Amino acid sequence: MPAVAGRRVHWVSVLSIAFLVVFVAAVLALVVADLGYVQPGVMLDVLGSPEVRHAIFLSLVTSGVTLGLVVCFAIPVGYALSRYRFPGSVLVDAIVDLPIVLPPVVIGVSLLVFFRTAVGQWIESVPWLGFVYTPKGIVLCQFFVSASYGIRAAKASFNAVDRRLEHLALTLGCTHGRAFCTVALPMARSGLAAGAVMAWARAVGVFGPLMVFAGAVRMKTEVMPTTVYLELSVGRIEPALAVAMLMLAIAMVALTLIHWLGQTDRWWGT
Amino acid sequence: MGHVIRVRDLSFRAGDFEVRDVSLDVARGEYFVLLGPNGSGKTLLVSCLCGLIRARAGRIEIGGRDVTRAEPRLRRIGYVPQDYGLFPHLDVARNVTFALRAAGVRRAAALAAVAPLVETLGLGRLLDHRPDTLSGGERQKVALARALALRPSLLLLDEPVSALDGPTRAEVLEQLRRVQREFAVTTIHVCHSIDEAAAVADRAGVMIAGRLVQTGRLEDLIERPADAGVARLLQVERRGAGG
Repeated sequence: MPAVAGRRVHWVSVLSIAFLVVFVAAVLALVVADLGYVQPGVMLDVLGSPEVRHAIFLSLVTSGVTLGLVVCFAIPVGYALSRYRFPGSVLVDAIVDLPIVLPPVVIGVSLLVFFRTAVGQWIESVPWLGFVYTPKGIVLCQFFVSASYGIRAAKASFNAVDRRLEHLALTLGCTHGRAFCTVALPMARSGLAAGAVMAWARAVGVFGPLMVFAGAVRMKTEVMPTTVYLELSVGRIEPALAVAMLMLAIAMVALTLIHWLGQTDRWWGT
Repeated sequence: MGHVIRVRDLSFRAGDFEVRDVSLDVARGEYFVLLGPNGSGKTLLVSCLCGLIRARAGRIEIGGRDVTRAEPRLRRIGYVPQDYGLFPHLDVARNVTFALRAAGVRRAAALAAVAPLVETLGLGRLLDHRPDTLSGGERQKVALARALALRPSLLLLDEPVSALDGPTRAEVLEQLRRVQREFAVTTIHVCHSIDEAAAVADRAGVMIAGRLVQTGRLEDLIERPADAGVARLLQVERRGAGG
């Protein structure tokens, strides 16, 4: 923002920057405290253990599959919410947001209850389709917790695309599908990518519903947040913090990516 | 001389606004200017001709073919909206070749096909520029080239120079007329300025409150207005033009 003529420092600037510094310092203090607690040797030992490596592997695989599912749903759902008004659309919008405001553990309980119904039992009976206490259940929990974030981001991204440009593409020989693919989708791409990263980061951090629906069985349904819980539950704080540091690093990378993608349009050459 | 576009008793609604019983013929190669005050329905009529608003009644023929219910892409219309509507994520070359690429033409062939247009409009040095780096006049030319790339039967220009300053406006109007003649494209040009109409029009029409009230040569409209509304509009415009 260009400088405004007049006094160089205004109390609004001083106050807002002071609060910013306090908040950032508070967050950094937590991180530094964690880092100070964990010896580098312990960190390496923990990351070398088969259980933790399995948890990291399972976290990456399940969150990767979840990311794919979220992208598949978020793009059409976000587009529909952005472009179409229909009876009950406000209610539908609210339902899409529901997982954001629900305590995550409630999602786990709801999933468990659903899979006790007739439909749920039937799904569970299909070979290779069991969800309860399996890695597929982890994906389901991650999906329900993170999809709304992806959909929200997709809706906001499509809202920012002028609909008239899609209409114009129709007059230039495009079908609706081609207008979507050549105009709406590329113009929304930075926001969609940022939303996907946010949803993925959220999926990696899911814990509450997993404990209820997928369990915390070592080498089977243990993911990184579960490892932190399991280590803490037996009083091993250092290994718990070592995994927490790894999750922190992943979150930092994800958030940096989100901000980087959101700042400017990084996707196009000239 | 055959008619490129024939509109008969066209009626449609857009929100609370209604356009009623519009009938209009524009001959091949003719430059027709649609005049009217703000909010008279000119832009809506153009949108309906493009197929972006569904007609409730009446008939639209383009090139002798009934396109009243046809999708926009099947109407063979080139459309330049008021704000030019350039695709901000594409450079000038990709904007200009957009319609050809949509028709399945390969990139190199598409660029070769638009070369005469690019040459005529002086866009050669801008091909790798993004729309947000262009001046108003340059954007207008890119939008015009993009609309003409598929050699449409009909070119619709919605207030094409309203966003330009005086000298650029005169230059672009002269260029519009030159391009229209060179590419022999039938044109409907929407505006609310008699000066602008006088600079380009073979024939003009006046639209007031959702009705096409009168069509004819511009001099005839001024000398023999069909009703008090047309007279008032043209006199007000003429006074405004006279300063």
